Amino acid sequence: MKKPRADVLQKVSDLPLGFTAQPGSTVAFKTGDWRSVRPILDREKCIYCGFCYYYCPEGIYQDMGKDEKWYKADLDYCKGCGICAQECPKKAITMTLEEV
Amino acid sequence: MSKRIGIEVSLAVSEAVKLANTDVVAAYPITPQTHIVEHLSELVADGSLDAAYIPVESEHSAMSSCIGSSAAGARTFTATSSQGLALMNEMLFIAPVLRTPIVLAIANRALSAPINIWNDHSDIMSVRDAGWICLFAENGQEATDLTLLAFRIGEDPAVSLPVSVNIDGFTLSHFIEPILLPEQAEVDKFLPPYKPSLQLDIKKPISIGLLGGPECYTESRKAADNILESSKVVVKKAFDEFAAVFGRQYHVVESYRTEDADTIVVLMGSIAETAMTAVDEYRQQSEHKVGLVRLRLWRPFPAAELLESLGKAKNVAVIDRHMVLGSPSGPLGLEIKSLLYSSPLRPKVTNFQLGLGGRDVTRDDFKYIFDRAASDEAQARCELVGVYE
Ligand code: SF4
Ligand code: SF4
Repeated sequence: MKKPRADVLQKVSDLPLGFTAQPGSTVAFKTGDWRSVRPILDREKCIYCGFCYYYCPEGIYQDMGKDEKWYKADLDYCKGCGICAQECPKKAITMTLEEV
Repeated sequence: MSKRIGIEVSLAVSEAVKLANTDVVAAYPITPQTHIVEHLSELVADGSLDAAYIPVESEHSAMSSCIGSSAAGARTFTATSSQGLALMNEMLFIAPVLRTPIVLAIANRALSAPINIWNDHSDIMSVRDAGWICLFAENGQEATDLTLLAFRIGEDPAVSLPVSVNIDGFTLSHFIEPILLPEQAEVDKFLPPYKPSLQLDIKKPISIGLLGGPECYTESRKAADNILESSKVVVKKAFDEFAAVFGRQYHVVESYRTEDADTIVVLMGSIAETAMTAVDEYRQQSEHKVGLVRLRLWRPFPAAELLESLGKAKNVAVIDRHMVLGSPSGPLGLEIKSLLYSSPLRPKVTNFQLGLGGRDVTRDDFKYIFDRAASDEAQARCELVGVYE
């Protein structure tokens, strides 16, 4: 095929030898669009314990610091697994259905 | 000059691996391949081969280690058979796409059930779609030479693919044959140290073995197919270079008495030697002119060379040493039929399975096949020669 389809990433001849990737290149791979539910935080209930930060398998919670006292999920990469909501001792995170 | 010595073919293969200055051997013993890795472990233990010998806990680990060591830039070898090859299955499909050259000697043996340690081609044929270059040896000399050639071909920068050398279990692996073992200096001339095209290097890190979703899986498979197809040119070039150094000229397809043949038998592996005798005897007794074509290269499939070798033969009898359960043809039968379907000559193609699980393949079997291939009787399915039912 000469013209690329919209759902094709790269031409055969442009693929790297051995299908390898440069370090850090997964940053460009936004896995957040795999998500069907998203974590919504209720900051009123949050006690800044950090469970969500440590348990998130994607490591996408960002510590907002001692002044702000909360953790922010980077939704570009959150896959919606719900582990943070499950582990939060204060039930401050609710998994909410993604609407298209 | 090479010396001709009497040596068990398995040991000659190990000696070739040693002459190739292999860096890593990761292997698990399995009959009838055991002598190959056993001898290699001795060569490493007594210091005559300076390599890392990894005594892994399974064939899955053997192939995983080989992929890792090849990606690290090491000249890598392993060997297996039958169930061992089946246990490698998952990793076998990964090595070609990651472009990791590995040489794998397979002492071909039947797959269970029932448990059977003897020779046929069901192991390699069950993984024929994995993307490896596949070579088949006819005798001990070829098994030795193809092992050296496999390193040369697989490591070529234009190829960078794994290569299997198929050696009929017992029939070749356990026989003592007169073999010309090359001198180290000749091997060094033919096979320079491995210069990897792709190498894991902590100073220039890369990720290998990645996810490839619907947006790139098709293209990555196509890239693997392109490189396997184009490797045939390198295989032929390596055969010619081998001839220049060692004086033995190999071809991807070999022909025997086919020039005037009405009927040609097509096959692979060691039964070709019996077939040649059968051709000679049959030609003495009959007006029916028969010949033989043998594939030394199975993957990439040498379509053009086969078409040329089959010439104007009226009947083509294809022999498979693997039964594809539930299919009308054996794997070689399928390939040849699909190759000849679009040929304007359209010879009559018959397909036979024999020599399964170590059953003898005799000259009489070939005489039966020569007769049957030229008869008018139709053949609905691949015929299982000599089955008692
Ligand atoms: S839903 Fe899962 S991926 Fe998303 S932030 Fe919570 S733990 Fe991390
Ligand atoms: S686990 Fe719950 S309470 Fe603890 S920091 Fe995260 S959101 Fe706040």
